[in-house]
Amino acid sequence: MTAPTMTAHVPDPADAPASAPAGPQRRPWGERLASLASGSVVRVILVVVGVLWLLPTAGLLVSSFRDPRDIASTGWWEALTDPGQWSFSNYDSLLGNEKFTGSVWTTVAITLPATALVVVVGALAAYAFAWMDFPGRDWVFLVVVGLLVVPIQVALIPVARLFNTLGIFETTAGVVLFHSAFGLPFAIFLLRNFFAEIPRELLEAARLDGAGELRLFFRVVLPLGGPAIAALAIFQFMWVWNDMLVALIFADAGSPPMTVALQQEMRQFGSNFDVLAPGAFLTMLIPLAIFFAFQRQFVSGVMAGAVK
Amino acid sequence: MASGKAVIRARPWVAASFLLPALLLLGALVVYPIGYSIQRSLFDASGDSFVGLDNFKEIFTNDGIRTALKNNLIWIVVAPTVATALGLIFAVLTERVRWATVFKLVVFMPMAISMLAAGIIFRMVYEQNPDRGLANALATTVHDTFAESSGWPDAEPRPGGPLTVEEDGSYLLTEPVTAGTPALLPLVAVPQPQLSDAEPAVAPSGDPGEVSGTVWMDFTRGGAGAENTIDPEELALSGIKVEAVVDGRVVADTKTGDDGTFTLPAEADGAQLRLTSDNFTSPYNGIEWLGPNVVTPAIIASYVWMWAGFAMVLIAAGLASVPRETLEAARVDGAGEWQVFRRITVPLLAPVLGVVFVTLMINVLKIFDLVYVIAPSSSQADANVLALQLYLSSFGTGADQGVGSAIAVFLLLLVVPVMIVNLRRLRRENQR
Repeated sequence: MTAPTMTAHVPDPADAPASAPAGPQRRPWGERLASLASGSVVRVILVVVGVLWLLPTAGLLVSSFRDPRDIASTGWWEALTDPGQWSFSNYDSLLGNEKFTGSVWTTVAITLPATALVVVVGALAAYAFAWMDFPGRDWVFLVVVGLLVVPIQVALIPVARLFNTLGIFETTAGVVLFHSAFGLPFAIFLLRNFFAEIPRELLEAARLDGAGELRLFFRVVLPLGGPAIAALAIFQFMWVWNDMLVALIFADAGSPPMTVALQQEMRQFGSNFDVLAPGAFLTMLIPLAIFFAFQRQFVSGVMAGAVK
Repeated sequence: MASGKAVIRARPWVAASFLLPALLLLGALVVYPIGYSIQRSLFDASGDSFVGLDNFKEIFTNDGIRTALKNNLIWIVVAPTVATALGLIFAVLTERVRWATVFKLVVFMPMAISMLAAGIIFRMVYEQNPDRGLANALATTVHDTFAESSGWPDAEPRPGGPLTVEEDGSYLLTEPVTAGTPALLPLVAVPQPQLSDAEPAVAPSGDPGEVSGTVWMDFTRGGAGAENTIDPEELALSGIKVEAVVDGRVVADTKTGDDGTFTLPAEADGAQLRLTSDNFTSPYNGIEWLGPNVVTPAIIASYVWMWAGFAMVLIAAGLASVPRETLEAARVDGAGEWQVFRRITVPLLAPVLGVVFVTLMINVLKIFDLVYVIAPSSSQADANVLALQLYLSSFGTGADQGVGSAIAVFLLLLVVPVMIVNLRRLRRENQR
């Protein structure tokens, strides 16, 4: 009847026999759970959860190599035991499809400028906020920080109108500008905090050497800001690359980026996974490569910027 | 922080030229739209006549938008809670496992992919057919492990034959049976593929000391067979449960053999024979994930799949900064692991948990892609959320940008508290 016999694993042997004669014997259920957790149970749980987490993506990857008829008749797991089901034909036909290859280029044409613009424009402003003294500085910076959490939904209708007037509605340029604007508050916030930590002696020494503000910015501030700029660039790149909503509204529906192209495919033909699976996997390739190559920067970018 | 130690009193044009590009973009594409949206939300669909707060009233009275509002509420409560809780559990569990990095990578990875890709992934996971969709393949496997599946879901009594369908789905032989007289129980409508392993049906023995009979598929290809007769090519239906019922009470039961025959003891004499309903219930086909009832929880699950890793990484970082000595001291004082977790770790992590939770709430508030991609058009209305409704209201045919703007302003109002907290924190940091 006593508790110790019931627990499989007592973490601290010292307190078990001592408390035997008196006092409440039953340890709270949480306690028992926790002591179980210290052992191999944790490992088993982690493996099971890890596999569970991988399965959906694995399913997409395997399906992307299967014939449409196989996809329609059986689950992707059947292909694991039947090597005959694997082929590149889905990828062949997708990469031979001009609309899809065009969408890859549109995605690149949107993502690279939108990333570069946010980094450069954001860094310039961040430097001014960190190291220049001008009237209203703190107040303006406060506004920028306030804009951090503004949902992009607020801007969809007005900016669509504005772009219409300017003649850049449904163009790549419009998408780039929209992403840049909404990336800026975070960029300025992140970089200003980072730039502010640059030792002032460095800046003063450079000024004594006669460097102008622009030269100082490019030769001293930007190189020193490397880690923060990398985190920002990766974060912004992923954000724009993966975006669908902004592109859905502001991109040219005739030559859309990958996300919108696949979404159109889905609307039109339903669940034709022989196109959607390889397509989705191709959109994931670059983000996943960046994720695995720059884990640290990605994590710090996400940690600082998920407020968006 | 930096304020108060600025190294240069910049000439106005220098500062201005550094700031100008950013302020231009922010002014034109973020600040001006806020003002425009607020103003636009007070006008009707055409934008010509002032309607006051009618568009906001529409959010709370229009049935479609109310569904979106209700779903958003579910999202905001459930998604951040589940993701944060899982993140906390994962962070604590991985703390002392050496290969935890691999686990963290796996769980964090979905953060890197687009919601469109995640949507396509989960469209496949949630496919209705258990032969194709992973979720239902797992659901039916689990279900069939605990509940036996029935043998002949399609079998039916021949219309006008001796068997009738009862209300509970069982098939009753209305004529009472007598020992020694073979009972014939013909069924039809079983698809040929299901009969590929079936043996030919055999006529019952008709021993006088017992009740015997045959259950078979009363159909000969080409239509040559006679009704209610076991023709040479006709096949047996095996494993069917047969009950003998007297006055609603079961006096004996058995199952048909491979040749379709069964025998019941003499007590069954004078009873009615019944083929129980569980012989014919259709097989469990899993859950209709993307049907109107569970589509929102199903999509929330896909969101949790994407964002639990985010919670885990932030909480793990917080966990790493919890002082070891505090934990050790508590353990020395005799606190068990659970006590340490509940009384020390969680309170120390409270600020991190708060940040994660609020961040996820803001994120969930604007959820759009996942719902738009995963919900099939048949259940889009049931899965609707505010950001999706805003998109549908504002663009495309029959758009009402007045209502769209009102939804946008409503979303903005919901994040204002967070905005204020951010600004307060900044002011406090600047004063130090």
